[in-house]
Amino acid sequence: MTSEPDKRDAAAWAQPVDRLQVTAAAPGGRNINVSGRRQTSPIQGFGRMWQKTYRVPLGGVEATPAQVIEVWKHHFPEFWPKGNSFFAPLAGIAPGEVAALDLSMPGGLKLSTGVLVLYADDESFTLMTPQGHMFAGWITFSAFAEEGVTHAQAQVLMRASDPMYELGMTFGGHGKEDKHWQHTLRSLAEHLGATGEVATTTVCVDRGRQWSRATNIWHNAGIRSGIYMTGAPIRLITRPFRRGG
Amino acid sequence: MTDATIRLSVRTPRPGCSVIELIGEVTGASEAALSDAFDRASVPEVRAVVLDFGGLDYMNSSGIGLLVTLLVRANRNRQRMLAYGLSEHYRQIFELTRLDEAIAIHENEDAALAAAA
Repeated sequence: MTSEPDKRDAAAWAQPVDRLQVTAAAPGGRNINVSGRRQTSPIQGFGRMWQKTYRVPLGGVEATPAQVIEVWKHHFPEFWPKGNSFFAPLAGIAPGEVAALDLSMPGGLKLSTGVLVLYADDESFTLMTPQGHMFAGWITFSAFAEEGVTHAQAQVLMRASDPMYELGMTFGGHGKEDKHWQHTLRSLAEHLGATGEVATTTVCVDRGRQWSRATNIWHNAGIRSGIYMTGAPIRLITRPFRRGG
Repeated sequence: MTDATIRLSVRTPRPGCSVIELIGEVTGASEAALSDAFDRASVPEVRAVVLDFGGLDYMNSSGIGLLVTLLVRANRNRQRMLAYGLSEHYRQIFELTRLDEAIAIHENEDAALAAAA
């Protein structure tokens, strides 16, 4: 092992972490299914591995990639579709920060999960999912100049976390996810004054499913969020009797 | 997006085992170069592909994503993937991204080749 502590990318990566902790997130999130969970790469997921790329040209906008990313980081939750909430860390999108998410699911279910800011530099940032999230993997948001035009891009590398999510992704989940990120990129473009069309590219990186990871279902944030919602009336009734309640 | 700043060389120090030496930066722009090097390293008689990170200067999250896709290709070919030459910083990134659970990390080439045998 060589010793080179001062790599150029050192400040852009999160510090090593064994388990996630939501520390100072914006108020409003339920903040369940995140603290105490491990982060997951596509290697720890169950389903087929997909790489999905959503890209929009920001024609007519005089903004460098770094300026686009600065705007994107600052306004990240505002660009999401209605019904989905990103409770940004108070420190903003910075390496090592953990954000809570409440996502709108069919049947009125709010799925609570979160993300770790795995990497963030001037021209990109990457969010990595915890155990129980719909997918194991990460999403990299970036901006770059190509043929004189700045482009914004979101790229997902993922496997559905468990068999239940894999079923859900196969029957409508992928389409819902596509719409989510297409909406996000359109909102970013509109915010910047551009009106480019979002191009979507989907590649199946691995058609195989990792059956040894089927037990990931134990952490399924959808199931746990459902149980949490079912228990809401009981929590309301017992609140006055709880210590510090 | 296409300014690759990586140099890659492939060698076969022993039968059934290829080493890819990475010098420079591993980013999204490295995709074509890395894929080509993997094609050269991953011939049918090879059972283990070893990545030499001793010359790695810079890696971002897109670069880590490329390593995941190489790992998938290796698994598909029923080849093992190993690594050595990682600085403490990049070793921590492998742990953070949990790549170390699938790519065995070794101190040096001799250890990696011994493990690959």
